Formats: sequence, structure tokens, C-alpha cells
Amino acid sequence: MLNVTLKQLALALAQKRISSVELTQLHLERVARIDPVLNAFITIDRERSLAQAQAADALIAAGKAQPLTGVPVAVKDIFCAQGWLTTCGSKMLANFVSPYDAHVVGRLNAAGAVILGKTNMDEFAMGSSSETSFRGPVKNPWDPARVPGGSSGGSAAAVAARMAPAAIGTDTGGSIRQPAALCGICGIKPTYGVVSRYGMIAFASSLDQGGPIAKCAEDLALLLNAMAGFDARDSTSLDRPGEDYTRALEQPLAGLRIGVPKEYFGAGLGADVAAAIETALAQYEKLGAKRIAISLPNSGLSVPAYYVIAPAEASSNLSRYDGVRYGYRAPQYTDLVDLYCKSRAQGFGAEVKRRILIGTYVLSHGYYDAYYLKAQKIRRLIAQDFVKAYEQCDLIMGPTAPSVAFAVGEKAFDPVQMYLNDIYTVAANLAGLPAMSIPCGFGEGGMPVGLHVIGNYFSEAKMLNAAHQYQRATDWHTRAPREFA
Amino acid sequence: MNAKREVQWETVIGLETHAQLSTVSKIFSGAATQFGAAPNVQACAVDIALPGVLPVLNQAAVEKALRFGLAVGGPDVINRRSVFARKNYFYPDLPKGYQISQYELPIVAGGSVKIQTQEGEKIVRLTRAHLEEDAGKSLHEDFHGMSGIDLNRAGTPLLEIVSEPDMCSSEEAVAYAKALHALVRWIGICDGNMQEGSFRCDANVSVRRPGAPLGTRREIKNLNSFRFLQQAIEYEVRWQIETLEDGGSIEQATVLFDPDTGQTRMMRTKEDAHDYRYFPDPDLLPLEVSAAWIDRIRRDLPELPQAKRERYVRDYQLSDYDAGVLTASREVADFYEQLIGALGGGYKLASSWIAGELFGALRRAGMEISQSPISSAQLAGLLQQIQQNAINGKQAKEVFDAMWAGEGEAATIIAAKGLSQISDAGELEQVIDDVLAANARSVEEYRAGKDKAFNALVGQAMKATKGKGNPAQINEILKKKLAR
Repeated sequence: MLNVTLKQLALALAQKRISSVELTQLHLERVARIDPVLNAFITIDRERSLAQAQAADALIAAGKAQPLTGVPVAVKDIFCAQGWLTTCGSKMLANFVSPYDAHVVGRLNAAGAVILGKTNMDEFAMGSSSETSFRGPVKNPWDPARVPGGSSGGSAAAVAARMAPAAIGTDTGGSIRQPAALCGICGIKPTYGVVSRYGMIAFASSLDQGGPIAKCAEDLALLLNAMAGFDARDSTSLDRPGEDYTRALEQPLAGLRIGVPKEYFGAGLGADVAAAIETALAQYEKLGAKRIAISLPNSGLSVPAYYVIAPAEASSNLSRYDGVRYGYRAPQYTDLVDLYCKSRAQGFGAEVKRRILIGTYVLSHGYYDAYYLKAQKIRRLIAQDFVKAYEQCDLIMGPTAPSVAFAVGEKAFDPVQMYLNDIYTVAANLAGLPAMSIPCGFGEGGMPVGLHVIGNYFSEAKMLNAAHQYQRATDWHTRAPREFA
Repeated sequence: MNAKREVQWETVIGLETHAQLSTVSKIFSGAATQFGAAPNVQACAVDIALPGVLPVLNQAAVEKALRFGLAVGGPDVINRRSVFARKNYFYPDLPKGYQISQYELPIVAGGSVKIQTQEGEKIVRLTRAHLEEDAGKSLHEDFHGMSGIDLNRAGTPLLEIVSEPDMCSSEEAVAYAKALHALVRWIGICDGNMQEGSFRCDANVSVRRPGAPLGTRREIKNLNSFRFLQQAIEYEVRWQIETLEDGGSIEQATVLFDPDTGQTRMMRTKEDAHDYRYFPDPDLLPLEVSAAWIDRIRRDLPELPQAKRERYVRDYQLSDYDAGVLTASREVADFYEQLIGALGGGYKLASSWIAGELFGALRRAGMEISQSPISSAQLAGLLQQIQQNAINGKQAKEVFDAMWAGEGEAATIIAAKGLSQISDAGELEQVIDDVLAANARSVEEYRAGKDKAFNALVGQAMKATKGKGNPAQINEILKKKLAR
């Protein structure tokens, strides 16, 4: 039951081979056994989860099951869930119990899914290693001496270690895709606006997008079916007709044009990763796809532009954590300004403070034009690169991250090295494009490598089709870390 | 301020006015905007800025801003695309740590307001009007050394209306503020309640020598009555002139007016001004306004006070002053139009009764016209009796008083009090003959050239008819008989 797809799980539940309560208990027991090593969860609430599982069993018994009914899903601690502690990986919100459900959580509940627990993450989703959480670093199930990637590292590790059949995460600059790659599983960040941000604690509003993390493309499609859709409470949510993301899974890939940007294979890319990507591209050619050399000339500007825009928005988004209404308040202070300073100094970690400072700086009087406005112009150039590229190809492929998972602590004190881990992923956020990572082999130390697939706007179904066909021809997505199998 | 100084110095004033838009719910959340609720009961998750919540723009607030734009400048001053920005600063009654406002691209850019001054009509140009959310309220009393926060007001929609520095005296500033106040109420976008803070002004004031470049301005914050606006500007102008004449200089600053002392005092200087780090709010898309939407709002817009006023002068032959009085508020104009509608004319009669008896009674009772115990239909009934000569002016006032006291319709009151006017020529001639016979001395005096004696005779005739005689007819008959 741990290595099956969501479709197979749904069948097992429908045929009463297992109940949702049993399935939930099975996973909770794994969490209890494995998580002390991996630290993938911040909150587990057995009673709450089992109550949901019981309700799901009742739905199944009544013949009212939907595809996710009774399936336990791990939820990144950035999503507000009513009655659940929702910390966003920060001491600032260590005591915050959400009084409401995020849109996505509401959708999962409505689909009959069971919230298995809230997963660990980089504080306020700021990081690429899941080391900055107030609850300590998450470990990679393939090698606990290494990081799982971030910021959705808890969700990725939970799925990779088979503690959860599926999980949800958020992606601001690669936070779903990079941990999926480093943990050898699948994750997709949809087109900006497809998944409502309501109740998803904001990091950088114009870049944040929620999405699923799972073992295979078909599972991602089923999860996205439940998560996507218009929400009037999010002004950036797109009001489009609903779609079935599983509809194109079985289409053949003959004639698919895959653009391979030369900029994604330059200096900085590990040879092990490059080799695995090369093999994957060859596999796609075997499946009938055509490989087209393309160029995204402004790629090199995406990390600098991202590290202006994301901190700028974050510096403003995080102003609400002031110790006045909820969350952390310093135990002692002399006046109002002291209350602010101490609460924020004690409540936020170093990386969050660094980004608030950068963001405050780039928005200040006299610097705004040189940084923020310039970065917005670059953002448009980057988006135009993709528009041009998609005149020549249907999907773009390359590596998700420049290397396999690095050691815990290795980059923790070198923010620039850490930021460069996002070099291939941030462009999709800047352009608002859908992008995913699927496992495509192993590199140094037997660590997984992820294949990055960037689609055109609203081409999620086509991307999932390409991934699913690849996964029918290969078995990388079925590999699980041995210690936790 | 002495006359000499007035010649030597010019005052330059611009106003920033916050008009609270009268929507049912807040500008970015569904919480109610009603005034006076218990603290924090009208603050929802969005208003208290819980983690993860997002703003959604209230279309009703946009429509009210569009009404304003159309009223002050027509479709040309409306930006078809405007942008919400975040104004970042920390304060306990600002839950998000930023205020959502419009910065570089406001919804209204331009327009003007006509004001009446002693020198005649003047046009005050508007720079812009933009949508924004109000903050909450900090309560510093009754908390034993701590402060309370009430977020009921947080997120209330405001239209900030910024004028050009086109006013040159406190009188003009007040005239502008009053005209704006009347306008926003007229077009139904703001209740104008100044005590509750629904309409408040900041005044930017500077002085200069005639012909010199603009002086350094100081901004007086949060003036919530016309009287305070006038007093604050007058004090500030005097202070600035004295400072400059004493060899000092004016530093750009924000000041507060203290109504108790009648003085302004420093709040902050330019040096400690905030860097608000404005940037477009990524949670809200740019606001796009279609031509069709503007058209629909325009069709719903009532006739504006200025147009009405001109029409009253042109079509009803009212004086400009009277037309101004009747168009001071939409309620008064509506009352007037209902009245002349019921009368089928009587423009001047209706005007003088509203401005005279009705306003007098309302003022004595401390009431607005909307609270008047006499409806326009009732008053029309009374004026019809006057038009038909059924009662005279003095009787009409008596009927009015009875009507005010709730004694019913004009006809009922006239019957009950037996007030009908004597307009029968034969009956009046008989009365006058008796008066002339009984007052031979007055007759002699009149014939000797004493005009006053005539009035005495009229008075006697009115007395003889117990006040019911038609005064015009009595005059006429008396003149005729005395001329013989």
C-alpha cells in the first residue's frame, strides 16, 4: 500500500481491501517511526486525521467517493487549515492556530482527502534546503546527511520516504520542483493563477503558486484536479473553465517538440546531472519526440531579478507579523517601537531578516527605479524569451537543479551559493509559466536527479502527458530510498 | 492680521480631503462599515490581516469614485486603468503593516470644483482623487497605561481628493470644502458626517511675497469641521507671516490643530518623514474601467448642483442667491422640485416659503429638511390656498405653524380655525365705509399729506375683518374712496 499510485489506492479503498482509517493509521505509524530521523512534519494530529478518515470511509460506504476520498495528504505548513497549528516554519507563528481553511485545503477536504499532518519547510518558504525552519532541518530520505531541498522539503521528504501517499507544497522560485528533484519524486507548479493563493501564507505574492507533490505524473494530475479552480477570494485567481488534467495522459508523444535551452547546460551544472538529463532526453526521442536546440538569452538575469522582486514583496507581506494581534510577541519591551523591534528580531530567523532587509532596501526612495523597476523590466524580457521559444517548441526541458542534494549545513552560511540552486527554476515563476520536475536517474552518491519540464501557459495537461509517457517507459519514479522502503 | 500685511503677503492653500464612501461593506473585505459598533466586531480575517488572507476590491467603492470623477470632470478625467499600491509603515492600527492606496495611477486625474467667493465665482482645480482604505483606531484612554486597538474602521473605503493650491484665503478654503462636501453628498457617495470622520480635510498652507515663487508649505492634518479648517488656516498663516517677518524660515512639516488653544503644533518635520516604499500591490490586478461601465454610471448620475442652479435662474427666474440656497443640498432641491411640481409653477412663491418659513422653523428646531414635519405635498396645499387668494399672508403663517405642530392639511386647518379670507368687494366696501366714518381724523391727516395715516386706516380695516380681509383689496378700495 505504500508504493502504489493514487488510482490504485482509490481502487483498494473502493473494493474495501483497506479502509481510510487503516490507510491513515498505516501512514501515521510510519511517520511515528521514521520522522524522528527526517523531521518532515511540524504537526501531527492523530485524532483530527482519523476523524477525517472515518468520515471518508462513510462517504466510500455510501458510494459517494471521489478520486481522492480517503487518501491521506501531507500539507505544507504554509497552508492555513482550520483548527491546525499553522506555523509557516517560523517561531513568529509557533502559536498560530488557523481559524480558517485555505482554498486548497477546503478543496482537498471537499474531495474527501485526509490531512495527514503539516509538513516542515524553510521559514516563510525562504530557502532551498529546508534548513531554516524553527523546528530544525529536514533530512533527505536518500541520505539523511543531506538536505531534501526546499522550501517544500518536508512535503517532498514525506512522499519520498512513503510517509504520505501525496503532499501539497508551494513554489515561489522552485520550492516544489527543486525538493521534488532532490528527493526523487514529482512535483508541479501550475500556471500562476490556476491554484488560489487564499489561505496560503504569502511570501512573494506575484510568484507564489501552490501545487501537488507525488510519486508519479498521474497522481499529480489527480491532485491538481482537486486543487485547481477559480476562487473569488483571490483577485489573481483565473476564472477559466475547469479542466481534467488526466485527460491527455495516454496520448502518444510522436511529434512532440522539446526545446532544450543551451543556457541550461553551461558552467555550474554538475556532470552527473547533465548525464542523467541527456539520457532522459534520449529516452524522449525514442518516444517520438523531437529535440530542438533553443536559446533563452535572458536566463542569466533571472536569479538577480528574482532576488530583487521576491524580497521586495516579502518585506511588505511580512510586515503584518508585528507582535500586536497574533503570533510571537517579545516577553519584554519598553514601548511600541521596542515591541516591534524585539518581537521581529526574536520571531524571525536570519534568512527571513536578510530578505526583509534586501526587500526594504530595493523599495526605498532613491533605489526603487534602479532595483525594483529594473527587475520588473527584466521580468518582462524573461517572459518574452519564453514566448519566442514556444514558437519553436511545445515543452522546454533541462535540469531542475544544478547538482544532486548537498550536505546539511554545506550552503547554510553562503546565501549566494544557496540562491544559485534556483538558477533553472525561478524563470518559470517570473514568467508565470507552469513547470514540473520528475525523477530521471541518479547522480553523485546515488542521489536522485530531476528533469525539469517547463510548459507554455495552461499546458499542464500536456506536461503531465509527457511525464506520464516517460514514466510508462522508465521506472525512476518507482525507486524509493532503501532505508525507508 | 492687519491690512498692511495682507497686501505684503499672499497665502496659497491646497486641500487634501478624505471622503468616506458610503458602501455597505469595506473596500477589500465583506465586513460591514457601519459606524458605532462595539470595538472589533466589524473586523473580519482580512481586516485583521491574518496570515494568508487576500484583498478583493469592492466594485461599489469603484462606482462611487467614478461618480465623483464624472461629476468633477466627466469621462476625460477618469483613468481607464488605475493601480493599487502599498504604502508601507508600521502602526498598531494598520494591521497589514501597509495601507492599500493608489499612488502613481489614481482612478481620477483632474477635474474642478466651482466655488462662490466674495469676488464672485472661482474655479478650484483638482489634481487627483484616489481610492484607498482607512486604518483602524488606536484608543489611548481607559487602558491603564496600555493602548486599545479598534479595527472596525480598518478597510473602510475612502476617496482622497487632492486640490491644486488654488485657494488664497481661509474663506476660499472653507468655500471649497463646503462645495466639495455638498457635492459628495449630492451624488450620494459620502454621508458627509464630519463628527463621525466621514469627511475630513488636510490643509497645505504656505505664504509668499506677491510674484515670488511658492513658499515652503506646512500641512495641517485631520480638520473635521469647517470652523476648525478656517481657524487653523488663519492661525497658520499668521504664524508663518510672523515667523518670516521676524527673520525666521519655514521648515516643511506636518502640524496638528488644537481646537482648545486655536493653535497649530508640530507633529513631524520632513526629516522624520516616512519612506513609504510604495510599490504596486501584487495581490490586486490593475483596475480597468470600461467605457460601458463609465456610461452606465453617467446615466445614473443626478443633475449636478451647478447645472441645477443655472437652470433655476434661467427657467424659473430665481435670483442667483435663491437658486444657490435651493441647491445647497440635494434634499432641499428635491423638496423644491416636488413643491413646484405639485403647484404646477409658483417658482418664486415656493422658493421664498422654503428659504423663509420652512428654513426658519427647521433652524429653530435644529432639524435637517429630511426631518421636516411638513412634507412638500402639505406645503403645496398651503401655497395653493395663497395662490387662490383663499387666505392672506398672515393667515398662511398661522396655518404653517399649525401644520408644523401636526394639525393636518391646509384645508383642514383653515376650516378648523375659520381663517378664510374676505375677498368679497361689497363686504369689504361696507367695512371700509364704517372705518372711514369712525376715523375722520385719520382721513383728514391723510388728505393733509400724512401717508402714515393711510396705514392706520388699513390696520383698522384689517382689525374690523378680524384679520380676514384681503389686504391688497383693502388697499385698493381705500385709495379709491379717499381719492374722491
